[in-house]
Amino acid sequence: MPILKRLLLRLVTTFVTLFGVAVIVFVVIRVVPGNPIAMMLPPGAGEDDILRLKALYGLDKSIPEQFLIWLGGVLQGDFGTSITTRQPVLELVLSRLPATLELSVMALIIAVVAGGILALTGTRLRGGRVEAGIDVANGMALSVPDFLWGLVLILLFGVLWPVFQISGRVSPNIDLPFSTRFYLFESVLRLRFDIWADLVSHMFMPALALAIPLAAIIAQLLKQSLKETMHLDYVTLARTKGYGENHVIIREALPNAILPTLTLVGVQFTFLIGGTVIIERLFSYEGLGNMAINAVINRDLPLIQGIVILFALIFTMVNLLVDLTYAALNPRLRRG
Amino acid sequence: MADARTFVSRRAGLRLWLSGGWLVLLTLAAVLAPFVSPQDPLAQDLFAARLPPFWQAGAEAGFPLGSDSLGRDVLSRIIYGARVALIVAVIAGTLTCLIGATLGLVAGYFGGWPDLVISRLVDIWMAFPPVLFAILLIAVLGTGLSSIIIAIVVIDWTRFARVVRAEAMRQAAMDYVASAQVAGRSRAGTMLREILPNVLPTILVLLTLEMGIAVIVEAILSFVNLSISTDQPTWGGMIAEGRLSIYQAWWVLVFPLVALFLTVLSFSQLGEGLKDRFDPVLR
Repeated sequence: MPILKRLLLRLVTTFVTLFGVAVIVFVVIRVVPGNPIAMMLPPGAGEDDILRLKALYGLDKSIPEQFLIWLGGVLQGDFGTSITTRQPVLELVLSRLPATLELSVMALIIAVVAGGILALTGTRLRGGRVEAGIDVANGMALSVPDFLWGLVLILLFGVLWPVFQISGRVSPNIDLPFSTRFYLFESVLRLRFDIWADLVSHMFMPALALAIPLAAIIAQLLKQSLKETMHLDYVTLARTKGYGENHVIIREALPNAILPTLTLVGVQFTFLIGGTVIIERLFSYEGLGNMAINAVINRDLPLIQGIVILFALIFTMVNLLVDLTYAALNPRLRRG
Repeated sequence: MADARTFVSRRAGLRLWLSGGWLVLLTLAAVLAPFVSPQDPLAQDLFAARLPPFWQAGAEAGFPLGSDSLGRDVLSRIIYGARVALIVAVIAGTLTCLIGATLGLVAGYFGGWPDLVISRLVDIWMAFPPVLFAILLIAVLGTGLSSIIIAIVVIDWTRFARVVRAEAMRQAAMDYVASAQVAGRSRAGTMLREILPNVLPTILVLLTLEMGIAVIVEAILSFVNLSISTDQPTWGGMIAEGRLSIYQAWWVLVFPLVALFLTVLSFSQLGEGLKDRFDPVLR
């Protein structure tokens, strides 16, 4: 029973949060100076044209009225029409979402693998120069945000030693015979490893830039909990049974030490997704973030609204999933 | 073990000196910009375009770190850019700290409905992608120094509110708070005289870290050309220009990037150093 109550409470707060986001975005962007209608009209358009167009986009009504109309549409899956491209917002946003999801997940995988290896190495060789070295590298990686790592990577592997692509998602001369926009995923399924390699060489630099700070956080926290677990009695027992140090760390200590890291990874993953906005811009990667910045520059209100809501939806869903996983994995919480 | 610990503490001291040193140097350069920069940062000279830095062939005296595609001196632009970066760091950092810490203190100490409202707001804020939120706010507020500062405060107050709230709650549960109340101190008095001094070290660490974050946010905004007016040099603006001519003139990107990197690193190392100093467990 308590777990059901927790779940319900959690769902309610999620909805409150999403509603709050919707209200704030709606109010904020309606204060935008600079009339988006004026930019759409040809020179010489009359007063009637302006009014007609305003009515078409619903901009002639009061802000609460506009909000209710918009909310009603959203609940039916209608996010309005983009002012710059005149296409449905939902369609535009969904066409870019796969690119951003693939980038985020690739960054997450890099971060987990790199952070995990660093934590295990640091625990195995604890108290020595190697661990001190890992701590220094972690400190550096944590101090500098993804935007700066992106620029450093562009210089190192895009210019100085150009082994990776630093612009775009895929080479323009490649024909994509795909039916979805999850290019990376689909290229594996269709066994088109030539396209897969091209996609990865474009994606690796932005993904690594996003992954570096998260990898450092994972390495730091996991190493700390591993070292704490290593002092527990059952680990000592395993050692006296004659198991080797590697077995003790990986098979005995790791399963118990991983839970706090898992929770943190979930929260940090939302920060990583937020980071894609500027990283996509930096690497001219055609995802949601890049589209969002263009929408802000073009004052495309319906599109901005749609993108922010989608980001908020992803963030809250990730947090919800993390909470549920945590509750499911933690026996103390399961019993309530 | 003892050996590793002295190694760590010596390194921590060095870290504080180096980061403090860089920030002092940068502040001096920014304050004395008109006297120390070799050129007018805005002066264009197409005959002196894309000059390389001093150690390379073709460099010219007066352009020690080279010039950009319009012939503007890179070093002078970095020095003037430091003014913007530091002003934003200090003002936005302090305002964010004041607002966020106050809300966190109230939520953590008073609990009840103030806590409920503030915590819900924090939740909503956490669901926004911060960079997108900042860009959106600048689009609404218009570009300019005060807009950037407002945007940073609006986005980042939650950083202080969350941590200070948790810390204030922890302190409020301690015996000394109860005894202060027994001794007849008012609720507000207890908050300011008893809780605040104990939370202050945490706030100072956060403030230092926030200054580094403010520098980055300003750089990101000027990178997407939404910072202050385009004719004033900013590090982010220089980086954006350098990104375009990266194969022709790498120095236009590299030097402002180094300045930004060192500054952000220094603020954060300073914060970490303060944390070690204040935290008796770590010390």
